Amino acid sequence: MATAHSKSAARLMIAPAVFVLLVWMLVPLCMTLYFSFADYRPMRGVFDAWIGFDNYVRFFNSSSFLKALTTTLWMVGSILFITITGGVLMALLLDQPMFGQGIVRVLVIAPFFVMPTVSALVWKNMFFNVDNGLFSYGAKWLGMQPYDFLSQSPLLSIVVIVAWQWLPFATLILLTAVQSLDSEQLEAAEMDGAPVLSRFRFIILPHLSRAITVVILIQTIFLLSIFAEIFVTTNGAFGTRTLTYLVYQRVLESQNVGLGSAGGIVAVILANIVAIFLMRIVGKNLDN
Amino acid sequence: MARAVTTQKKIMWTIFAWAFGLAMFFPILWTFLTSFKSEATAISDPPVWFLFDWTLENYAAVQERSNYPKALMNSIVIAVGSTLLGILIAVPAAWAMAFVPGKRTKDVLLWMLSTKMLPAVGVLYPLVLLAKYFDVMDSRILLIVVLMLINLPIIVWMLYTYFREIPVDILEAARMDGAGLKSEILYVLTPMALPGIASTVLLNIILAWNEAFWTILLTTVNAAPLTAFIASFSAPEGLFYAKLSAASMLAIAPILIMGWFSQKQLVRGLTFGAVK
Repeated sequence: MATAHSKSAARLMIAPAVFVLLVWMLVPLCMTLYFSFADYRPMRGVFDAWIGFDNYVRFFNSSSFLKALTTTLWMVGSILFITITGGVLMALLLDQPMFGQGIVRVLVIAPFFVMPTVSALVWKNMFFNVDNGLFSYGAKWLGMQPYDFLSQSPLLSIVVIVAWQWLPFATLILLTAVQSLDSEQLEAAEMDGAPVLSRFRFIILPHLSRAITVVILIQTIFLLSIFAEIFVTTNGAFGTRTLTYLVYQRVLESQNVGLGSAGGIVAVILANIVAIFLMRIVGKNLDN
Repeated sequence: MARAVTTQKKIMWTIFAWAFGLAMFFPILWTFLTSFKSEATAISDPPVWFLFDWTLENYAAVQERSNYPKALMNSIVIAVGSTLLGILIAVPAAWAMAFVPGKRTKDVLLWMLSTKMLPAVGVLYPLVLLAKYFDVMDSRILLIVVLMLINLPIIVWMLYTYFREIPVDILEAARMDGAGLKSEILYVLTPMALPGIASTVLLNIILAWNEAFWTILLTTVNAAPLTAFIASFSAPEGLFYAKLSAASMLAIAPILIMGWFSQKQLVRGLTFGAVK
């Protein structure tokens, strides 16, 4: 049905989407690349169009870069760990026979739809607040000292907030995968006397591996650019500055566009390394 | 599933699952309850759960903060606008790729998705400069275009996976029966494509509604949607739990309800059908 006529019509139909995305990719990215080789500080009226790799050298040599990079990796790594293990357990739990399964499911996935700024503020004020947050009341009730989460373990606090938002996503995807499991195979294994743990290890986990990979990769893409949660809780203080946040501060707050742009390019390269893996997996799926 | 499940086991799983479900939902429930308390009750120690004088004064107070309706309107215009603009550009592209696939279709699709991986900070300053140059800083149109661009790859992919499931045979059968192009589009294609388009619209409104990076950084007053409006509550003088809760509920309620209705599509849409 693909005639020469329909082929050119198809190209015409695809053209607008390709065009806008090409412009979106190229124009700002080229500008950032250009700025990254310039000494550009608009507040002071400094503009030196070419200073070579100075910005990159400064960015890599500054202590904040390494700190931001490790913070980012810590944050993304621990959120992935919590959401994947929690997601697998929740998915298996939700798959059990129970009353009101639909309602529980609705309760579990709700946090995913909560605006990041809202969830960050609710957690910050109503749960983590040392004077009148729920956790402080709980600690006092148990006869313990209230704990100031956001200033004493800020990184952990943000991990909790973001993990709360992403656990539903992992659970939902993994639950879909669990439900497609061939129950006869499981029953056969059970009849043969395979204990729960080895049934999980040898049948359920391999079946879930594809879904787990998809969840890890999609979450990584989104988590690498966490912004709102940090913006409204700590504002990057107390060691919660991720790479995204560091670049934002350099570019918009201290208006050192050259330095920030170099950081932006570094962030683009890092994200692309992750993206290549995702593309491979999605590409494979496309073939069959 | 032929096995009989003992009621005892079922009750045990029910208790477990409900405990976890309520724990996950608790922050939302707590916000909901707090939104009906007076400010004094909201910070009372020990906390009050249900037995308090329920009041609507916080909702009224939020409405009176003059910019709330405006923020709500901005959210609606930006989320719906960027989704519709994206659909307008994506439907022909996804349609052509699904029904007239060429050698390079797969590469184009993967390339489009790769633009989604572009970290926002990498293009932040140029975008601010361009927005200032075209004098569209802090305007709805800027956010509509930017959010359309960041979500376009997802829109194209979702539509593509839906369209590919439309059987071509039906189309050919309709042609054999003498259907013209017009009736072909009107009576055969549209009814089959609409559910997929509707799901895509729903999911993208959710994504655009909650998008926070660009909405916070590209707006100040005029075009600030709810994400940015709520962020203004992080200032110390805004520390009123009951009012914060009321504003939060108003901001998340529509999307929460939409999300519940679209949970099945969420799995398909966000994994592009890779997980079944």
